[in-house]
Amino acid sequence: MNVEVTPLPGIGTRQDFIINNGRRIGVITCRDGSIQLILSKQDDPDSCTASIPLSTEEANTLASLLGAPNLVAKLNANQEGVDGVSTRQYPISAGSSYVGRSLGDTAMRTRTGCSIVAVVRAGSVSASPRPDFVFAPHDLVVVVGTDEGLRAAEEILNQD
Amino acid sequence: MDHTTLALVQLGAVFFGLGMLGKFANRIGVSPIPLYLIGGLAFGEGGLVPLHGIGEFATLSGEIGVVLLLLLLGLEYTAGELMTGLRQSWVAGLVDLLLNATPGALVGLAMGWGPVGALAMAGVTYISSSGIVAKVLADLGRLGNRETPVILAVLVFEDLAMAVYLPILTALLAGVSLLGGLKAVGIALLAVTVVLVIALRFGKYVSAIVDAPNADVFLLRVLGAALLVAGFASALQVSAAVGAFLLGIAISGSTAEQATRLLEPIRDLFAAMFFVAFGLNTDPTQIPPVLGVALGLALLTTLTKLATGYWAARRAGIARMGRLRAGAALVARGEFSIVIAGLAVASGAVPPAMAALATAYVLIMAVLGPVAARLAEPAGRLVIRLRPATA
Repeated sequence: MNVEVTPLPGIGTRQDFIINNGRRIGVITCRDGSIQLILSKQDDPDSCTASIPLSTEEANTLASLLGAPNLVAKLNANQEGVDGVSTRQYPISAGSSYVGRSLGDTAMRTRTGCSIVAVVRAGSVSASPRPDFVFAPHDLVVVVGTDEGLRAAEEILNQD
Repeated sequence: MDHTTLALVQLGAVFFGLGMLGKFANRIGVSPIPLYLIGGLAFGEGGLVPLHGIGEFATLSGEIGVVLLLLLLGLEYTAGELMTGLRQSWVAGLVDLLLNATPGALVGLAMGWGPVGALAMAGVTYISSSGIVAKVLADLGRLGNRETPVILAVLVFEDLAMAVYLPILTALLAGVSLLGGLKAVGIALLAVTVVLVIALRFGKYVSAIVDAPNADVFLLRVLGAALLVAGFASALQVSAAVGAFLLGIAISGSTAEQATRLLEPIRDLFAAMFFVAFGLNTDPTQIPPVLGVALGLALLTTLTKLATGYWAARRAGIARMGRLRAGAALVARGEFSIVIAGLAVASGAVPPAMAALATAYVLIMAVLGPVAARLAEPAGRLVIRLRPATA
């Protein structure tokens, strides 16, 4: 992917690229650290149909939404040879009983046979989290296991 | 009332009045500059309310306002950005200079203000208002547009051109000979080069001089440094404003960001006083005679800026609508046109009628600019839609 970096003197930097349908998508990083998501118009690729200001937290959340499936796809590709094992991502909802509790408390391996291989939080990936890893709302938990085990894991993580 | 009491009351009334005007400007979505100018006209010589208590204070605050306007302009750009901007946009910059300075110069000559008056008028019509343009681009959500870097590059070139132009103008207004004028050009070019080299190589040391952990100490240091540099520059006849601009360029990185954050409200306050001071010294009764000239000049220089932006954007490979948007975005003139006119009139080398013409011109262009930026695209589409029908 060819990301174009354009300096905007006095404002910041624009980074964008052309997606498959011909539109331009990217971000403007302003000097003061604020971020705008931009998407070009369909009929006029020079101009933007939207430029959406995002707070750091919003940008991070969007990044993890876009980044987590990517991680899952990579893990799935790695396991292609292994029958009956797949990878899923489950969000920790704000109401989940595991918010503020540790990974060890889920007893995931004992109860479902599944492994928590990564947690995505605010755009950054914690790979192979240890049992003392503490969950926060909106974490994305990446779990590897059998279909049956994964169903059980989803139920556990969503427990109120 | 004794003098101090009178001054306090008058100053309070002026600030409060400007506050009301600024709020009104915000509500109707125009730049406050034209309203501040009208505010200044309403007070003072020939205006509705003569202000005798604060004339001196207004003049000094106006000077500080100019220094802060240019200091923050310099802070906005890093030396690196200026160099890349210059490399990429010097052709467009020269076209901009040629197309937009010429109408002003011709009008200056036609009005019989001599070569120095022509030079001053050339500056008034040449320089776009980077403040208004940047705000319009952000308000209309055009920061991500492809033509925006083209617009910004033209503005960068204009600002650098100012750093050379202002010292020359200052020297000529002071009535120096041709040789003295050439010396001023030499000093200006040398100063700009030295500062750019210092900023590129040793920017962090300059920043370290003004940097301080607490905000209040930092503010005092930056403000002190700016006024000192401006004062010394003025003593060397290099123009106070340019000294501040060059200091702004030399300060870089996080220091520049913090300085901008702290100084912005102070700049707005003193810049408002600058517009008032300019208006105070402009006799509103002189405006009607030059209104026709101002309108004609406004129309002509709207077209020349449109052409500049259109041409520059086409060179950058932008499609037709983007070229129109680029041209229209550059139309606004504002604070720097008034800075130039203020310098010229204060020196006494040009007649006061120039203040009236510059006021009328900026009043028109500061309002017309954002409107043009908004309407260029719909207007362009309308023309395209109508064309097959008429053909």
